[in-house]
Amino acid sequence: MDFIISKFNYWIYIVLMMIGFYAMISKSNLVKKLVGMNIFQTAIILFFISIGSKKGATIPIIQDSHVDAVNSALYMNPLPHVLMLTAIVVMVSTFGVAVALLIMIYRKYKTLEEDEILQILRNEKWPNTH
Amino acid sequence: MAEHSLILIIVIPLMASCFNILLGLFRRGFCYPLVIATLSLCVILSIFIMDGVINNGVIHYRLGGWAPPWGIEYVVDHLNAFVMTIISFISLFVAVYSKRSVEAELPGRTVYFYTVFLLLVTGLLGITVTGDVFNLYVFLEITSLAGYALIAIGRDKALLASFNYLIMGTIGACFYLLGVGYLYIATGSLNMADLGRLLPDLYHSKVVLVAFAFFAVGVAIKMALFPLHVWLPDAYTYAPSTVSALAASTMTKVGVYVMIRIMFTVFKPNFSAEMLPVTEILGWVASGAMIFGCILAIAQTDVKRMLSYILIAEVGYIVIGVSVTNRMGFTGALLHILFDAFMMACLFMVAGVVMHKTGKTSIHGFRQLHRRMPITMAAFTIAALSVIGVPPTAGFFSKWYLVLGAIYARKWIFAGMLLLSSLLAVVAFFRVIENIYFAPSCHAHDRVGQEGIVRDEAPLSMLVPLLTMAAGILILGFFSGKIVSAVIQFTVPEGF
Amino acid sequence: MINRFENIIIQTISRLLIPPIQLYALYVIAHGHYSPGGGFQGGCILGASFILMVIAYDIKETKRMISEKINTIFISLGVIIYSGIGAVCLILGADYLDYGILNKIFSVSPAKARALGTFGVEIGVGITVMAVMVSIFLNLVSGGEHEEAQE
Repeated sequence: MDFIISKFNYWIYIVLMMIGFYAMISKSNLVKKLVGMNIFQTAIILFFISIGSKKGATIPIIQDSHVDAVNSALYMNPLPHVLMLTAIVVMVSTFGVAVALLIMIYRKYKTLEEDEILQILRNEKWPNTH
Repeated sequence: MAEHSLILIIVIPLMASCFNILLGLFRRGFCYPLVIATLSLCVILSIFIMDGVINNGVIHYRLGGWAPPWGIEYVVDHLNAFVMTIISFISLFVAVYSKRSVEAELPGRTVYFYTVFLLLVTGLLGITVTGDVFNLYVFLEITSLAGYALIAIGRDKALLASFNYLIMGTIGACFYLLGVGYLYIATGSLNMADLGRLLPDLYHSKVVLVAFAFFAVGVAIKMALFPLHVWLPDAYTYAPSTVSALAASTMTKVGVYVMIRIMFTVFKPNFSAEMLPVTEILGWVASGAMIFGCILAIAQTDVKRMLSYILIAEVGYIVIGVSVTNRMGFTGALLHILFDAFMMACLFMVAGVVMHKTGKTSIHGFRQLHRRMPITMAAFTIAALSVIGVPPTAGFFSKWYLVLGAIYARKWIFAGMLLLSSLLAVVAFFRVIENIYFAPSCHAHDRVGQEGIVRDEAPLSMLVPLLTMAAGILILGFFSGKIVSAVIQFTVPEGF
Repeated sequence: MINRFENIIIQTISRLLIPPIQLYALYVIAHGHYSPGGGFQGGCILGASFILMVIAYDIKETKRMISEKINTIFISLGVIIYSGIGAVCLILGADYLDYGILNKIFSVSPAKARALGTFGVEIGVGITVMAVMVSIFLNLVSGGEHEEAQE
């Protein structure tokens, strides 16, 4: 029990990641796959940020601008925060490219369901069979 | 100045891509000369760096003046410089080739095409130069995003193929990011050399084992290793010809480079050989890739699709060379990276020329094409013989090292599979070659007379890079001894 | 694809809110180098202000404010500012993005020069992010059709 309670942040984010992963694999609508991908990436970002927290630490912003030395044990680790800013930018760019692709797929095939698109492609390839 | 070339080789294509948009709004004709000038500068810089590494050893560069491990560091040693030189050369030749092809296939979009093309080259060069695992993730994603965008503007099924590639590629990159995160939790550092120093004490911890597993799967998706290769045939078949040529020769090779870095610089070689049976798994997976790739290549009717499956087999060859963990095999793997880049670029460029001239790339469409384009078809034949491994082409030399490496490691099955896949590649390529040279022509207008077929050779801007690649395949094989002694023998990790 | 949606409440509130949103975004960009904020965050908020304009009014009205051509120029301008600052550091003799050397131009202490260099980089990032957000939204909303075909 202590194993679950003391590491609850890891458990929550793993569950979120698996929800996103499941959506990517099993849903047949392309937008749902994309939403699953977004959930997966967001869960990874939140996971990273949670590893920077320490017991009894405060946010890593120095209040007074004239201090000479900082007691680093009092502040959270700011490095994962900074890395995840970059990862968020990557996530948004990937999402932008993916939605642009989806719009063009919709204009071409008039549907966003994967099995319907595959059916259209099969009919194009072998126009005589059903 | 010599050390600043490490950062200039990334900054120059990046700034050129931005200036390209500005120039393109002004006048469209300026884009192509700008691209050629930029990539020529990158080639010169990479030769400079290679020279510096051969004479002086490893080059370090600190970004922002911050010392590692607090700052990002760019490290170039022999392996880096080797892959960087290959990528810059191939990018230059594909860019020279791209002029006619882009104008024909993507009318009106040349400005945006060249912008994203330069971003792709920036990402590729950035992956090879950096010495920081998180910086590598950023450049990996730059490369992948530019790749998704470029592949999506191809013909018929390209949109769906690019969407599939996007989903799978993002999963791969996310797994790589998770691996980086786990390593950061375990050690607190993101610098490759620092991790290599800190990790050996932690090899028994489960965090590090899981990190390695995530790295392995993530990089395997990116380099299309056997069971995770599903995105590759569709994506490279329907992409524009230039994009297929560049992506097939470089993007999978940098994936292999990343795997070699993770396995042998971040984690020391004894981790893969003793702690986890990674090299055995890689060996079996790579053998599957070789056999599967060649068998499926025989089953295709479209030449570009066949070449994509041959590419999957080629990645299998390189990974087999890495997995036997001895000097011969590793040398063979690196030589194969060099020769395979040339071979794949040549083959996909020929497919692009045929697409440009005839509008289709089916094997049937290659019928008697040697009357129309004898030089192009000769280049195709040379590259095909090199993939099969016929001396004196370059493919023979790298396959020789690979088979010897497998035999020295007493893995007779892998050596047998290497030879078997070469035989299967013979069947796959000779279907096309027979169609080119020996098939009886069945069209009525061909029977009018031999002079009915006009010599309609590829345009010069497409022909010159093609012939350079073919000449490279013929000549570089004989220099392989020199390449090994000058560069490759210093890249082999210690303990092999 | 988006028709003009005549609603007096939305239009009035948007007209009142868009300038403060943009001002807030500029504050966020300017605070990036020593407190929460930064180029990406401020750029997103700036882009959101233009997207609010598209939602409240019409695409044509927004394109009068920020045309596609200006947008494209902004995308590359931001990256050129970023790389340019790094290149200036390179030319002055230090490593790339080593802002401490900029004190030769600004004649302040090296630590202050580092803060100013980071601030300049954040401005570049903010401009690019704003332009990219607006560009993505306009492209998606209009379904990829541009009135001016590039030729």
